[in-house]
Order: sequence, then structure tokens, then C-alpha cells
Amino acid sequence: MISFLIYKAILVGVVFGITLFIAAYSTYAERKVAAFLQDRIGPDRAGPFGILQPLADGLKFIMKEEIIPNVSNKILFVLGPSIAMLTALMAGVVIPWGSTLVINGETYSLQIVDLNIGILYVFAVVSIGVYGIMIGGWASNNKFSLLGAIRASAQMISYEIAMGLSIIALIMMTGTLSLREITELQTGAVGSSWNFWNVVYQPVGFLIFLVCAFAECNRTPFDLPECETELVGGYHTEYSSMKLGFYLFAEYINMFISSAVISTLYFGGYNFPFMNDLGMDQNIITIIGTIGLFIKIGFFIFFFMWIRWTIPRFRYDQLMNLGWKILIPLAIINIFITGLFGIL
Amino acid sequence: MLTNRSKLVVKKEMTFWEKIYLPAIFSGIGITIKHLFKKSATVRYPEQTREVSEIWRGQHVLKRDEKGAERCTACGLCAVACPAEAITMVAAERKKGEEKLYREEKYASTYEINMLRCIFCGLCEEACPKEAIFLTDRLVSTDYGRDGFIYGKDKLVESVDNRIDVSKRQTPAVLQFKKIKLFSHNK
Repeated sequence: MISFLIYKAILVGVVFGITLFIAAYSTYAERKVAAFLQDRIGPDRAGPFGILQPLADGLKFIMKEEIIPNVSNKILFVLGPSIAMLTALMAGVVIPWGSTLVINGETYSLQIVDLNIGILYVFAVVSIGVYGIMIGGWASNNKFSLLGAIRASAQMISYEIAMGLSIIALIMMTGTLSLREITELQTGAVGSSWNFWNVVYQPVGFLIFLVCAFAECNRTPFDLPECETELVGGYHTEYSSMKLGFYLFAEYINMFISSAVISTLYFGGYNFPFMNDLGMDQNIITIIGTIGLFIKIGFFIFFFMWIRWTIPRFRYDQLMNLGWKILIPLAIINIFITGLFGIL
Repeated sequence: MLTNRSKLVVKKEMTFWEKIYLPAIFSGIGITIKHLFKKSATVRYPEQTREVSEIWRGQHVLKRDEKGAERCTACGLCAVACPAEAITMVAAERKKGEEKLYREEKYASTYEINMLRCIFCGLCEEACPKEAIFLTDRLVSTDYGRDGFIYGKDKLVESVDNRIDVSKRQTPAVLQFKKIKLFSHNK
């Protein structure tokens, strides 16, 4: 029992650390990708190739003066970024980061907890995330912040429906809500057991989920809550120092978690082609699988950035049009078609 | 219609493929990914400098003659020619014993160019009858205040030991051009 607790504590620490590390380096990657896509070089002064840039940025955030506006609601003002950060970090708990490791005859699962309602938990936590933005924007007592917060909550509510409906089709297919079981169903992909990744069976569902994930993460083309051209800084206009840092950081953590969820649900998670045919040891398969999962996640993080530097922002009515009039009906049709195939 | 480049704007209904946006998005991300592999246009300035033309018009120099005496006689033609009104000067008479410092009886006791006003057009150089002022390929360096950009004689006059080469700008063709009486500055 004690060893179990220690193992889980270590795992939580490792996942926490990796999440923060990847989020920190996503900020660096964002600037680099932006630069490369625009024929520039990007940050290259802090360390070789600017590799220490996240440290410099973090230090800058901590050293900056912390301003809490007089007219703001001080408790909620501090609570906002805390909730944003907390919920962003919580979603990583149910994601299976790898298969199982066997050490001295004991099996260790590389998933912090295998909830049987895993995907529902992710949805629940992600929808709490909007409270951070909403509370922060509201407590600022600034019209730009409030507008940003209202936009954020309206957008989240609209796109969560389409996201949930797109997942229902997938759940109808797999018959389970547990993320580990969904991953196990995609084992092998190519090789002796022909289990294709879910994206092959659910291309429309994947597309809807991807678009909604962009909206949930407030990423371009859905970054209306913080669009600089209209709302100064959006919900974080009044924030400074590390509280602003937390908001920006939470966005990158959300991006990482969404990439992980997309990889797990639609791209086989830690499975890789021919994994059971090369006669490898279980531990080696697990390690390669985990690396494979992180490669998939890295690709999706890159994809998020790639889209950001390609597509301009939606207008607000276009955003609502897309969410309510296109994605939701499409998701419902997708459910019907999946149901038909299930019967046949 | 003058340029024949005006386009007739047609507001037509979008087709189904245009309406779902996806093909446009895919072609868009195709364009951006191409740029990922393109050479960046950046010049890393302090380490690398951009190549400039041989007759680049940069920071001015006030030339001395072969003996090291200042060529400028404070005639003021450069100040008159200057479209940005960046040049000011105060003339003074040469005293006895200063023959080695100044070439002619009159010289500029102060000569200032405001580098923030200057547009580096080179008209001062064209107007100068004494071949005294030239633009060089040096860049005007940055400063924190506006005062630092008013360059006096200390920064403009070349030092005797460290002459600044202006042969690229002072070609025989240029000298010939300056002697043509047709142009107003030589009348």
C-alpha cells in the first residue's frame, strides 16, 4: 500500500513536471514556429538557439510589479488565474501516458488513475477552466476584461456541446468512457492485429473534435476572448506579473492536454504500428509507446501553432454560426451514421 | 482605369466547397508550411551587417586637404541647399598662425548637423564648391537623447591621421559635373 502511494506520488510529480516543462517550452516553440513560418529566426539570444528563453520569460514575469486594481474584487481577482492554472493541470490525471512497466514482477501503470468515466472527467475539468477566465475578467472591473470573459464563456458553452456530441459517436463505437480502454482498443494499429486508430473510423468526429479543441483552448482562429485588436488584452487586460503568466501558461497547458486527449482518443495514444510483431520486451514497448505518444502530442502542439499563424480570427457572429449551425448538426448526423453502422 | 489594374468586383454566392472553408484552410496551411523551409530574411545586425551600395549615403564627413587643413569655408551653400534644414554653422575669420588648420581666410567655427532632421539626400555634398562635405558609408549610431544626434565638428571633421576615403563618391565624373556652369549651384 505504501509503495503504491509512493509510486503514485512520484508519477504525479513527474506528470506535473513534464506538463510544466512542455508548457514552458511551448511558449518558446510558439515564437520559433511563428518566426519560421514568417521567414524569420525568432528568439536566439538566451543560450544556444534561444533555448533558455522560457527561463528568461518566467524570470521576467516573476520580477514584474504586481498590480491589483483598486476597484477590482481582490479575492476573485487572485482566484481567477489560480482556477485557470489548477483546472488546466488537473486534466492530465486520467490520460494514459504509457502502457504498463513490469519491474521486479510488479506491474506499474503509467496512468495516474484509470477512471471509468475518464473522458467525462476531462470534460468536467475543462469546463471548470472557463470559470477562471470568467471570474478573472469579471473581477477586473474593466469593460474590456468583462467583454473578453463573456466571449470566453459563450464560446466555451457553444463549442462544448459540439465537442461532447462528437465524442458520443466515438463512445458508441468503443463502448467505454475510460481513456485506457479506448487506447487498448486501438492496440497494434497495423500488424498482426488490424486495429486501426479511431481517426480511420471517425474522421468527421475527429474534425469536429479538433475544431472544438481549438475553440476550447482559445487558440486562433477562435481567440476572441483575448483578441488584442478589439479588446486590448481581453480577459487579462488588468493582469500583470505572474498572474498574467499563469493565464498565458494555463493556455499552453490546455493546449498540451488537448493534444494529449486528441492523440489518445483518435490517434491510438501510446500505441504504435507493429508494436506486437517485433517480439520486444513489454517494458521496451511501453517506453517506445510513451515516446510515440509524446511525438504525437508534439505534432498536435505544432499543428495548433501552425493553424494560429495561418488563419485569421473569426468574427463573433461567424464563430457562433460555425458552432451552432454547422458543427452541432454535423455532430448529430455523425452520431446517426455511426449508429447505423453499429446496427449493420 | 488609368493603370488598367482595377478589377471588377463580383459578389457571387459561394459554392459548396467554398462554404465549408476546409479546402481554403488546407491550401492556407500548405502555403505556411512552405515558408517553414524557406531561408529567413533576417540579418543578425550586430554580428552581420547588410551589404550596402558603394555610394551609400550615410554619416557626413568634413574633409581636410592634403596638408591637413579644413576645406570648409563656411559659405553656407550646404545649409541653403539642405531641404531638411539640418545644417547650421557659424563663420569665423582665420587668425595669423592658423594657416595650417584652415585652408582659406574664412572657416566654420561651429558646424552642426542634426542627424534627426537629416534625410541623407546628399544635396549638401552636391552644393559644396570646396569639396568639403561628403556623405560616407558609415551609419549614424543610436543614442538615448535627442541632443546626442546634433553632430558638431568633433564628430564631423575627419582626423588627420585617420582619413576617410570618399574616392567612391568623388569620382572624376562627379568633379566634372560640379564644374558645369549650367547648374544653379555653379553660377
